[in-house]
Amino acid sequence: MSAITAAKFLPASDNSLLLYFEQQISPVVNLQVVQLLRLLQMQPIPGIVNLHPAYCSVLLKFDPLQLGHDDLETRLRPYLDRLDEVTLPEPRQREIPVCYGGEYGPDLAEVCEVHSLSPQQVIDLHSSATYIVYFLGFVPGFAYLGGLPEALVTPRLSAPRRSVPAGSVGIAGHQSGVYPFATPGGWRLIGRTPLVMFHTMFHTMFDKMLSDKLRHHQDALSFLSIGDRVHFTPISPQRFSDLVRMNDSA
Amino acid sequence: MKSILVQAPGLFTTVQDLGREGFGPMGVSCSGAADRIALGLGNRLVGNPANTAALEMTLLGGTFLFSEDAVLALTGSDFGATLDHVPIDLWTSFEARPGQALRLGPTRSGARGYLCVQGGIAVELFLGSASTHILSGLGGFEGRALRKGDVLSIANASHPYRRRTVAPDILLRLSPRKILRCTPGPQSDRFPESSQRIFYDNIFLVSEESNRMGLRLEGPSIPASSGVPVITEGVSLGAIQVPNGGSPIILFVEQQTTGGYPKIGNVISADMSSVGQLRPRDNIHFERVSFASARSLLQQQEELLTSPELIQE
Repeated sequence: MSAITAAKFLPASDNSLLLYFEQQISPVVNLQVVQLLRLLQMQPIPGIVNLHPAYCSVLLKFDPLQLGHDDLETRLRPYLDRLDEVTLPEPRQREIPVCYGGEYGPDLAEVCEVHSLSPQQVIDLHSSATYIVYFLGFVPGFAYLGGLPEALVTPRLSAPRRSVPAGSVGIAGHQSGVYPFATPGGWRLIGRTPLVMFHTMFHTMFDKMLSDKLRHHQDALSFLSIGDRVHFTPISPQRFSDLVRMNDSA
Repeated sequence: MKSILVQAPGLFTTVQDLGREGFGPMGVSCSGAADRIALGLGNRLVGNPANTAALEMTLLGGTFLFSEDAVLALTGSDFGATLDHVPIDLWTSFEARPGQALRLGPTRSGARGYLCVQGGIAVELFLGSASTHILSGLGGFEGRALRKGDVLSIANASHPYRRRTVAPDILLRLSPRKILRCTPGPQSDRFPESSQRIFYDNIFLVSEESNRMGLRLEGPSIPASSGVPVITEGVSLGAIQVPNGGSPIILFVEQQTTGGYPKIGNVISADMSSVGQLRPRDNIHFERVSFASARSLLQQQEELLTSPELIQE
């Protein structure tokens, strides 16, 4: 089925329109999301002010004094016909060091128990897979990662934690993810990364780089972007502290 | 450079402008003033563009000292402001002299008040905006709410002081509402008519657990929607999601950018500033309107805000 026949439009609010592709979580459908995003970045439609991409949909926010739902749908249809023409750059490969278990992964033991696996087996499974960044959502820099091995698929916690430490690596259902900030969270935490996933302060180096063409350098703020491929690398608690110290002195 | 000394920060005071739009692909929500109308009017009164950074105070205002002459305006909530113990009118520009103390107390109406200063609060812009996003600690003044002893810089501006005030009849027509008008949400059809009636026919109470991310509502439970679970999708400002517990949540300016709960409705754009003035324990209810009405209500509001009669000198 082509993108256009499967696509469906639905008003979400008086200033936003949801565009649904085929409703399933898969890299093939998500690619259409990435292609549309790219096309709209290259050839913007006047009046669209923001985009919220997700697994198999895009929320398009517009200025309601300039555009209506129907106008926007009419403007978007030709874009859908041209998705196949969009050439995307090779996905970036991103490496995330993780200290698994212990104080950093308080739910590792429970995940082992659910699947009758040893901690080492869980670590091996989690760190051997290649993940795809389906989209960033929830909070700044939070990447929804697909590709969790079937043997690790675990339901989220029945009661979410009020606060999850920044850098926590969690799993929930078929997904994995890293919390960029201390936020409430219901995913099962199996480890933590010392990486800064999202820069909230401009360091001098960033200042210069970002001041001019801000929108073109967004990648410098978030460690992960839509479409990236991700690997997790196990590290020791010692290496974790070393890397944290290096961040602090940078 | 001119500055403001924060002698008392109030309950929760942050630097806000009209927010940063366009960074949804990074998971960054717009943030910005909870009551955009009040911020915009305050800025107009002191001769600033509407998008100038100001202080947003919540429920309890602070005490501020000025290093030099400053042209100011207070809009939004009435915090019973005084300048060196002399009461100050809301929605009217005024001058403060060096060393004078502007004191604000607990709210007498609404939830959020704005202190706008000619020139604006000078902070490093983050992704093009001065707005604070509290959860992630980005933007604003060090990414956080103000504390006692903070010193804020005021950007230079040199318009002569003019006493300006907002036309009372127009202000009245822009007053915050407790009846929020809603258009259908993307999952409205998953809620049977009986659930929709519970939502539209009852009064809901704004919970204490409400903030700039979202307003939690207490009231009759809205039965779970039917159908397969929603695959996480982009969510709009003002979306009213109904989690399994049945208590609705209105997504607000520091909203999550995506979510997986079904949405029964969406507060219209023209009523979003009213949401910013809701206090915990306020009673509200919802009124269903069409997309066409939502649009014409926004146009009417825009006409008021661009009316030549709006600001009087």
